[in-house]
Amino acid sequence: MHELIKLVFLPAFANEMLSPLSDSAIGNFDGYKIAITTDAFVVSPIEFPGGDIGKLSVCGTVNDLSVAGARPIWLCASFIVEEGLPIETLERIANSMRHAAIEAGVSIVAGDTKVVGKGACDKLFIVTSGVGVVQADLNAKHIREGDVVIVNGYVGDHGIAVMSKREGLGFETEVESDCAPLWSLVESLLYGCKTLRCLKDPTRGGLATALHELAEAASVCIEIDEDAIPIRPSVLTACELLGIDPLYVANEGKLVAIVSRDEAEVALSIMRSHPLGKHASIIGRVIAEPKGQLVIRTTIGSRRLVEPFSGEQLPRIC
Amino acid sequence: MRWVSEFRDGSIAKLILERINELAEHECTLMEVCGTHTMAIARFGIRQVLPKSIRLVSGPGCPVCVTTQSDIDRFISIGQIDGVVLATFGDMVKVPGSKISLRDARAHGIDVRVVYSPFEAVELARQMPNRKVVFVSIGFETTTPGIALAIMQAEKERLRNFFIYPANKLVPPAMKALLSFDDVCVDGFICPGHVSTIIGTRPYEPIATDYGKPCVIAGFEPLDILQAVFMLLMQIRYGQAKVENQYRRVVRPEGNEAARKAIYEVFEPNSVEWRGLGLIECSGLKLRSKYEHFDALLNFDVQVPPTSEHPECQCGRILRGAAVPTDCPLFASACTPEHPIGPCMVSSEGACAAYFRYREVSLS
Amino acid sequence: MKVINIEGVEAEVEQGGTRLRVRADFVEDVNVGDYVLVHAGFVIQKLDENEALETLRLLEMLGMGVQSTPVAEG
Repeated sequence: MHELIKLVFLPAFANEMLSPLSDSAIGNFDGYKIAITTDAFVVSPIEFPGGDIGKLSVCGTVNDLSVAGARPIWLCASFIVEEGLPIETLERIANSMRHAAIEAGVSIVAGDTKVVGKGACDKLFIVTSGVGVVQADLNAKHIREGDVVIVNGYVGDHGIAVMSKREGLGFETEVESDCAPLWSLVESLLYGCKTLRCLKDPTRGGLATALHELAEAASVCIEIDEDAIPIRPSVLTACELLGIDPLYVANEGKLVAIVSRDEAEVALSIMRSHPLGKHASIIGRVIAEPKGQLVIRTTIGSRRLVEPFSGEQLPRIC
Repeated sequence: MRWVSEFRDGSIAKLILERINELAEHECTLMEVCGTHTMAIARFGIRQVLPKSIRLVSGPGCPVCVTTQSDIDRFISIGQIDGVVLATFGDMVKVPGSKISLRDARAHGIDVRVVYSPFEAVELARQMPNRKVVFVSIGFETTTPGIALAIMQAEKERLRNFFIYPANKLVPPAMKALLSFDDVCVDGFICPGHVSTIIGTRPYEPIATDYGKPCVIAGFEPLDILQAVFMLLMQIRYGQAKVENQYRRVVRPEGNEAARKAIYEVFEPNSVEWRGLGLIECSGLKLRSKYEHFDALLNFDVQVPPTSEHPECQCGRILRGAAVPTDCPLFASACTPEHPIGPCMVSSEGACAAYFRYREVSLS
Repeated sequence: MKVINIEGVEAEVEQGGTRLRVRADFVEDVNVGDYVLVHAGFVIQKLDENEALETLRLLEMLGMGVQSTPVAEG
């Protein structure tokens, strides 16, 4: 899919706001720094433990703005509805969008709805766009050797919660999606940390892909410790049953923060005192070589590369 | 997690590595013969922390990889017959045939369904009485009992639209066969944990006594594998060659009698071709006459043109431990998980997939 | 994985909170509370907890450099 973006869309729309391909594009408008983002949501099934496609569409958009250091203010949402989708389902989903928007402090200011024939789409797809006001200059270019990598909680919950609801996989689990709006957590970090370099939300492609992208953007090496990564035993078991690596499983209420070594403990305690950071952990550090790579130190002390996500390991999770 | 985390304890692992370092004097090559071991060794980075004198190579332990090109082409052509539904384990879908892979064939309209167990394939046949469901039956002694049970169930229900493409194989004959290749040098075997759970320890005896190769059956956690390496080095140090069982918490000497009974109720050994190893005596499984009507090869005749494989692809040599993925000119350049050329890169338990996905970085 | 209930050959196993329905055709007298090895939807063996503890004991001894006699065969 990455090739699709690089070969087709980037050449067609090339401009300096788009080219960093970051979670949100940032531009100057009349003295204000504005962040704008857009996302498509095709999760299947559309309702899953811990959330639904509606809550996911608001949180996903809010989180893309938040990790760019922007306070989300306005959201738009377009709905592509398959003919025959029960009204009650749509009402439930709209209601959960309302709650998520309130929790994130944003308003859904515009939208569109198109109904398509049976089979033309799978129940419901949502496309959103979001605008935020940039509060801080967070950028991978600020990352320095010696910085510390922190994640705000358990990884892999969302992907496994969704997969467990698909038939044919035969396993059940109590795991719920971690889907949540992260702006208030980001805000407390921006307020309490002077040397917060950048943030990223590890959604599709998981922690591994998010950290690899940061390492590439900053042309540094990020090294993480396998034993330090918080993973629930139920998620680890589900991943082993599916033959997948939890580092590639999608999250929808997680962020990774890169902060200076001196302020690592400060950042950690800020996160742990926030409801969305109770299980935050320092999972690694920034080193010089090999540039643009993510390295993991395994439980038995060996070091190996962690490749970015490739192929179709977990289709239609977000 | 009970009985899992205890065998992943990093501090004990480091101590055992010290013991291994004390024992490892001269060069030796140890082969693991199970795809799950191949992935565990790569995932935990075991190759890197072992002394340089110990070389770990992968054997024919991945059921997808050992399937020959002609078998792949043949079941793809069967899949193209009108009314046929091809049911297969996920990994097989991406394996490239001479012309196209199942995944491409699916894009051209043939009906391919991914299943997680053979019983799902039988269920497909129940649900679609007017379609012919052909299950691509691959796997070693661990997976075959379940397939045998599914076939007995299909027989009980008189399902006449259920078939299997028989490509199940047996591990010990392949281990003996690869020792006869002059480009293969193995000083000891890490024997497969799951397969041994079914067949027990005795089938490896000839490999130890007749070929003089130490054999240690190992579990899949880092401590299991490291202990097995230590036990092999002990045998090599004291000039022994016997079968030892490190995975004693699960593998019984007599194996699993009921599972073996199921296999040999439905199948009987025959000689089959392996990718990279050629024809091996009594190394395959064909349906007994009582169940022959389930055999897709007897029910669908398809002409398959001569196979073609990428000339530089080294999967054949890699599968018998004569080469490692990094010896292949295509590795990680022309051949990657996104654009795989050989089966060892396609299959999630293939050696090339393991090397690519878990590439080592210097310890400095 | 740990058996949490069983009726005939239909069993349910669990590990870390994740549950899986499997078939126990190939292993006799599987009881609730047993730890079992599962592969491709089937219970293929019961875990022997004494042997598991014995293996851990041997691992610790090995780690401390206590020259353990080669493990008894089979």
